[in-house]
Amino acid sequence: MAKYETVIGLEVHIELATNSKIFCSCSAKFGGEQNDHVCPACCGMPGMLPVVNKRVVDLGMTAGMMLNCDINRVTTFDKKSYYYPDLPAAYQTTQWFAPVAVNGKVRIETSKGEKFIRIKQIHMEEDAGKLVHDDWTDTTLVDFNRTSVPLIEIVSQPDLNSAEEVVAYLEQLRSLLRFAKVSECRMEQGSMRCDVNLSVRPEGSDKLGVRTEMKNMNSISAIERAIAYETARHIDAIENGTEELVQETRRWDDIKGMSFAMRNKETAGDYRYFPDPNVMPVCIDDEWFERIKKSLPELPSVKKDRYIDELGLSEYDADILTQSRALCDCFEEAYAVSGLVKESANWIISNCMNVLNRKQLTADMLNIDGKALGKLILLVADGKVGHANAKKILEAMFDEDIDPEAYANENGYIVSNDTGKIEGVIRAVVAADPKSVADYKGGKEKALMALFGKCMKELKGNCDPQVLRELLIKIINE
Amino acid sequence: MKLYLDENKNAAARKVVLNDMMLTTELSTTAGSKMLEGYKSLFEAEAVTRLKAAGFEIAGKSNVGELSLGLLGETSYFGAVTDDKGNLALAANEIVKTTDAVGAVGLDANGSFLRGAALSDQVAIKPTYGTVSRFGTVSVACSGETVCVSAKSVADAQSLLCAIAGHDDKDGTSLSDSECQRLCADAPRESIKKIAVAKSLALSADEATRAKIHAVVDALKAKGIEVEPIDDSVLIAAKTAWNALMCAELCNNVSKYDGVKYGYRTKNYTNIDELYTNSRTEAFGELLKTAILFGSEALSTENYMPVYDKSLRVRRVICERFAEIFKDYGAVLMPVCSKTAYTEKDVADNKYISFDEASYIAPAYISGLPAVVVGGVLLVGAAFSENALLELAKIAEEG
Repeated sequence: MAKYETVIGLEVHIELATNSKIFCSCSAKFGGEQNDHVCPACCGMPGMLPVVNKRVVDLGMTAGMMLNCDINRVTTFDKKSYYYPDLPAAYQTTQWFAPVAVNGKVRIETSKGEKFIRIKQIHMEEDAGKLVHDDWTDTTLVDFNRTSVPLIEIVSQPDLNSAEEVVAYLEQLRSLLRFAKVSECRMEQGSMRCDVNLSVRPEGSDKLGVRTEMKNMNSISAIERAIAYETARHIDAIENGTEELVQETRRWDDIKGMSFAMRNKETAGDYRYFPDPNVMPVCIDDEWFERIKKSLPELPSVKKDRYIDELGLSEYDADILTQSRALCDCFEEAYAVSGLVKESANWIISNCMNVLNRKQLTADMLNIDGKALGKLILLVADGKVGHANAKKILEAMFDEDIDPEAYANENGYIVSNDTGKIEGVIRAVVAADPKSVADYKGGKEKALMALFGKCMKELKGNCDPQVLRELLIKIINE
Repeated sequence: MKLYLDENKNAAARKVVLNDMMLTTELSTTAGSKMLEGYKSLFEAEAVTRLKAAGFEIAGKSNVGELSLGLLGETSYFGAVTDDKGNLALAANEIVKTTDAVGAVGLDANGSFLRGAALSDQVAIKPTYGTVSRFGTVSVACSGETVCVSAKSVADAQSLLCAIAGHDDKDGTSLSDSECQRLCADAPRESIKKIAVAKSLALSADEATRAKIHAVVDALKAKGIEVEPIDDSVLIAAKTAWNALMCAELCNNVSKYDGVKYGYRTKNYTNIDELYTNSRTEAFGELLKTAILFGSEALSTENYMPVYDKSLRVRRVICERFAEIFKDYGAVLMPVCSKTAYTEKDVADNKYISFDEASYIAPAYISGLPAVVVGGVLLVGAAFSENALLELAKIAEEG
């Protein structure tokens, strides 16, 4: 059997993290009651004119710079016409002639090593609404909440050759764009969607095979399965002539594990692109360009190297922290305040992640004040707050803005150095539990731990464990 | 066809008529189409808000041709309007002629608003593109459509224009306030001493129209203004280009009227494609359908470069030609239309008469330059030269 090469290009749609929609002031947030975030403009009523949300251009430029693109200093919006009930104006405003960014590249790493995927262009556009079908009454209603939510579409060159590369590429995009706060890139919420263009050719051939496109893929695992299926289907068609391959748009059915040709009507058509006369060309001057350039974050890979080389973190710790911009920001702030590298990393990787997991939040959603965390770490390091109580303070930091020291004072979490008080507690505990005392004296080390625990409990944890242990042994042996 | 709010709400207030392309919350806005019959907007046009703020009272809405297409409004679903002689007339001018309304304000893209004023001997101003907000108007051809004013006198037209001109954040093509203020009556201006007459355009009009041109030229010359004929061969290209751009943009702008969200919906459908097709087939008139087909073709992949893109290039060439002319002349005088009166038979005989008559208004619309109708003729000036044009108009008005 001849060997085949799969050639894949991706079009990735990413919803931008703006507060408002691209051409009106409606909220762009995910969710809400159906048709809550709508106005005459995004419902396609007559009389409304688009006014560009500058924040969208900021984020379009940021994405372009993060993916090593050239920024078009004059970027224009165009209209793309087609009829579909989820598109209220019957045209989508997009960028056809002068997209915001072109000619970029993204580095990926797979089991075969390093590779660069070229980016053809990034353009800004508006999202469409959502059709909601009710099988019971057999009617379809439309929800315009998502209409005109700003998107960027990242179009790659056909440089990808396997599902592994596609996954690495998507994860790299997600990491870079989350770091730059361009988007949350949540596939499950539809804020990151992917069209897969795929063809197959004999290895070594420089002629591309017949290309098919699978639209709106919204999970990494579905994309992997779809690529495997579609590759096999193409090879089967070429080898065995099972079917004639045609250039078409296909729908991936993840439950059946098969792709299906879409009705020709859904895909055919002339979009009649033309420049939108209502939206003036956006001119990006040097000041604007520099402002965005300065706002770019340190790349995660650069950060990781710095954490290892300069701060002396282990590769494992650096890997976890650099998964998310939120973790990095919190870590860097906590470190700046406390001056304690290892402790700052540990508090985030173990304690903060525990709380996040319990609250079923992702790392990106860590929103505690890193400076406050730094102060808390210092309180623990200085022996002013015990470990158990420090975790309680951390917990409170997730719910409200607090000053750890003030909070510790208010709640009686400050470690007491009053040996008189500690001795009093120990004597009471020892007097109440002669059996444990006898057991310990009889050689059972465990009995000491039981007494120690009771004392610590009485003291509400506000005692240096070392001091307590020494005093306890001294009193038992009196 | 006249739609009145309240005949005598305030007898002392200065009343103004809106053409039915201007959205209001009190009255329906139909744009002359069955598609929008009874459509009430949730918000009103910026120009309407400004008129009210300036103390004008909205008298009511006047009928327009469907999406303001057509020669004078005869393509309205609600019927044509004729004057006392039985000639076609624009509803806005008829209302102003027969009531105490000061004038009319309306959106125009194909010149019917200007023609209506010329044929009823009223004054009209098409201001510089971007000086009056288009927010709250039923879009036709966004790159050139303009909110215009008409009135019985130059002074009244000017007061209406000053009321509505100004920057508006809700319109991305709106110019700055300092630019818009150049239109107002007390803004400093430089008087025009020399004007040009577009030779072939003038010669293409009928004798009665040419007589009007002569009358205005004579009045201007009597005040010492020089008048010279110029070669207008470049300006003539505006007609085809503007018709292409207008139809293309119109095709896109009216695609939102699909029977799904509001407006007319057919009873005759079993799926979404039939709902679209039948709603639009039943609700749109013939001229609008023709314009949609022209526009759709102009934007198709095959025709984009040879038709649409070329029309954009023609637009630039026309703007350059005007700039050249305005180095030597303060204004270009030309006819508004080829005749001084039109009958329903004229339109029945030539369904595309409004596209043909675009020869005269297209240079101003495609370039976005200001134009004034006075004495039945059109004066086109450089950007923001409304004041200077209106000085000429006053001379023509006094005869």
